[in-house]
Amino acid sequence: MEKSVNYGGHHDDLNLEATELRLGLPGIIRSDIIGYEKQSSSASTVVVVRNNKRASPEGIMTQESSSKSHSYVSDARNGDPDSHHQPPAKAQVVGWPPIRSFRRNSFQQKKTDQGDGAGMYVKVSMDGAPYLRKVDLKVYKSYPELLTALENMFKFTIGEYSEREGYNRSEYAPTYEDKDGDWMLVGDVPWDMFIFSCKRLRIMKGSEARGLGCL
Amino acid sequence: MDPERKKVVEHVAVSTFPDEVLERVLVQLKSHKDRSSVSLVCHSWYDAERFSRTHVFIANCYSVTPEIVSRRFPNIRSVSLKGKPRFSDFNLVPPNWGANIRSWLVMFAAKYPFLEELRLKRMTVTDESLEFLALSFPNFKALSLLSCDGFSTDGLAAIATHCKNLAELDIQENDLNDKSGSWLSCFPENFSSLEVLNFANLSNDVNFEALERLVSRCKSLKVLKVNRNITLEQLPRLLIRAPLLTELGTGSFLQEHPACQYSELENAFNKCMNLNTLSGLSEVTALSLPALYPACANLTFMNLSCAALQSGELAKLLVHCPCLRRLWVLDTVEDKGLEAVGSNCPLLEELRVFPTDPFDEDTFHGVTESGFIAVSYGCRRLSYVLYFCRQMTNAAVATIVQNCPDFTHFRLCIMNPWQPDYQTNEPMDEAFCAVVKSCTKLQRLAVSGLLTDLTFEYIGKYAKNLETLSVAFAGSSDWGMQCVLGGCPKLRKLEIRDCPFGNAALLSGLDKYESMRSLWMSDCKVTMNGCRVLAKEMPRLNVEVIKVDGSNESQADKVYVYRSVAGPRTDAPPFVLTL
Repeated sequence: MEKSVNYGGHHDDLNLEATELRLGLPGIIRSDIIGYEKQSSSASTVVVVRNNKRASPEGIMTQESSSKSHSYVSDARNGDPDSHHQPPAKAQVVGWPPIRSFRRNSFQQKKTDQGDGAGMYVKVSMDGAPYLRKVDLKVYKSYPELLTALENMFKFTIGEYSEREGYNRSEYAPTYEDKDGDWMLVGDVPWDMFIFSCKRLRIMKGSEARGLGCL
Repeated sequence: MDPERKKVVEHVAVSTFPDEVLERVLVQLKSHKDRSSVSLVCHSWYDAERFSRTHVFIANCYSVTPEIVSRRFPNIRSVSLKGKPRFSDFNLVPPNWGANIRSWLVMFAAKYPFLEELRLKRMTVTDESLEFLALSFPNFKALSLLSCDGFSTDGLAAIATHCKNLAELDIQENDLNDKSGSWLSCFPENFSSLEVLNFANLSNDVNFEALERLVSRCKSLKVLKVNRNITLEQLPRLLIRAPLLTELGTGSFLQEHPACQYSELENAFNKCMNLNTLSGLSEVTALSLPALYPACANLTFMNLSCAALQSGELAKLLVHCPCLRRLWVLDTVEDKGLEAVGSNCPLLEELRVFPTDPFDEDTFHGVTESGFIAVSYGCRRLSYVLYFCRQMTNAAVATIVQNCPDFTHFRLCIMNPWQPDYQTNEPMDEAFCAVVKSCTKLQRLAVSGLLTDLTFEYIGKYAKNLETLSVAFAGSSDWGMQCVLGGCPKLRKLEIRDCPFGNAALLSGLDKYESMRSLWMSDCKVTMNGCRVLAKEMPRLNVEVIKVDGSNESQADKVYVYRSVAGPRTDAPPFVLTL
């Protein structure tokens, strides 16, 4: 892959800052292009680019963050002395690249749906328990893993799953609410299909549970 | 006939041309540019034009007042209004900046009670305004909101409830408060006039049965764009009830259940003979994509910018779309996918490639210059491109514009600021030189990458038809901007961010700004004093500075300059200083 040229990284060691040309008072962090030499085609490019905003990076970075959910926080504010040599890091520049909010939203939404990074947390309730819990479905690769985790979380045992009888030999039956709002028995559909359609989990107890298994 | 007598006869003929006939002729004129020209001919033509105009397009809501508009055009039935500067789409304009539709609606209610259509872009619209709209105009037919903010789905509920003749409801890409999907259920059970319904960007569930009934009742429905919550299983039920559909937004297209449901979908798409536009597909997979193939024969516009397709999937799909003229994709298709575009879409005029992971620089994704080159070889009619990439070369762009000299819109976004040609390490000046030299019809240009003043010298010198120029992280000195302002005779919109252009550059455009719609400069080197000088020299311009918290007193953080006959804004918030 072709990485973007990391001007800052290369020059940390060479300390070209002392000899560079600047358009402005020394000490001010500028976002100018400085001293470009066309002849030099060698690896040591003379372009030293400042990637921070001008004297007050705070002013530019923070004012956008108040109302929009994607605020871009500048690393430049962290006081790292070398930070002004870094190229623009992830999400460092407000409104750049110029992509409208709804597109950014839909990527984040997609990632949440697919559980990338953000995890797929669903609520778990158990009949008789005083409060609900949450599990990240992304963490598990199969039904046995999930069910073991639930057993540990709520301190109970689920019996074996059979396609014909569900969890009939157990006092409990794990169920889930799917995207259509229907309550389904956990285990019927392939795991991958399950994690996409599961909105919440409920561990049913007693006769209600056995009733489901008998269907 | 001797020359003197001929002149007299001609003169008399023009001045006795009856107004009624003139108005009948002028009513046929739709283009607002033509109408502007007509109105400048003479007083009687001005009057005839203004009485016959039924649609008014106001490109900057602060360039004129509602009163002035209503005095000049008494018979308006349709209004298009644009508000905030375009960079507000990228969070560069603070909230509550303005462009509120309210004062316009009040005037419309008084002067245009028969208003039928309202199309707004980048305006602030509250729920109260939407309710006021719904109740004030009995003939109201079409509402289109693009990139607007300030309202919630409650406002949409008011529209659905009260607008008995609504034919178009187009809610696109807005920053709205999506409280619930119940607004859709507010359409009365006897309501059947809808022809266009677009709620693709709303995120809450609507009641599917209500939607199904609505689609059934609205026999003239031509455009239906549903949101991601409508499933692949539900979609056929809508399609069979909308046989006249020409534009479809499919929702998520995620296949959740086994293949036995697939046949319904295939049947439904088999019957979609009239589709010319397709969008949505936000969760489409290789499994469900083939169901679309039968419906693609007449597609001219395919918007796959929400669908993370791989190159192979796109290639297979494109084989079925021979008539494609406009294509939007995500860069998940990569260069290979773009090669397939080049091979399969000879009629292509517009290509937009959006980035999937714009903020992730670490892993290599997306498209490069090769994909763009491949498209240019296969699609010689290309005239509109928007291309997000991480690497580009001068040579590649030169090849591309040599293959496709008909570009009218060339928007290249190399996503890392100040990035040079990755092969030669030189600035990208020569790339844009090639663009402006080869593409003589160029109207809109967005530049990126490492650029010196040379780029702007070329633009000023060669871009004779350029109307809109967008610049970010570019240029070396005032001279760059001076070249653009000194050249480009047709320049109308100039938007600049993070460039080393200062007061000298700003003031070099004194003579130009009144012929332009607007200028935006943010995070450049312009100072408050520079802006004050501009404001003083050019009283018919509105010179506004948006002050950012914590910035230097003398710096003009964000400058917005525009011509106006309305005078300074009366509704400016405290952070907008009018000079």
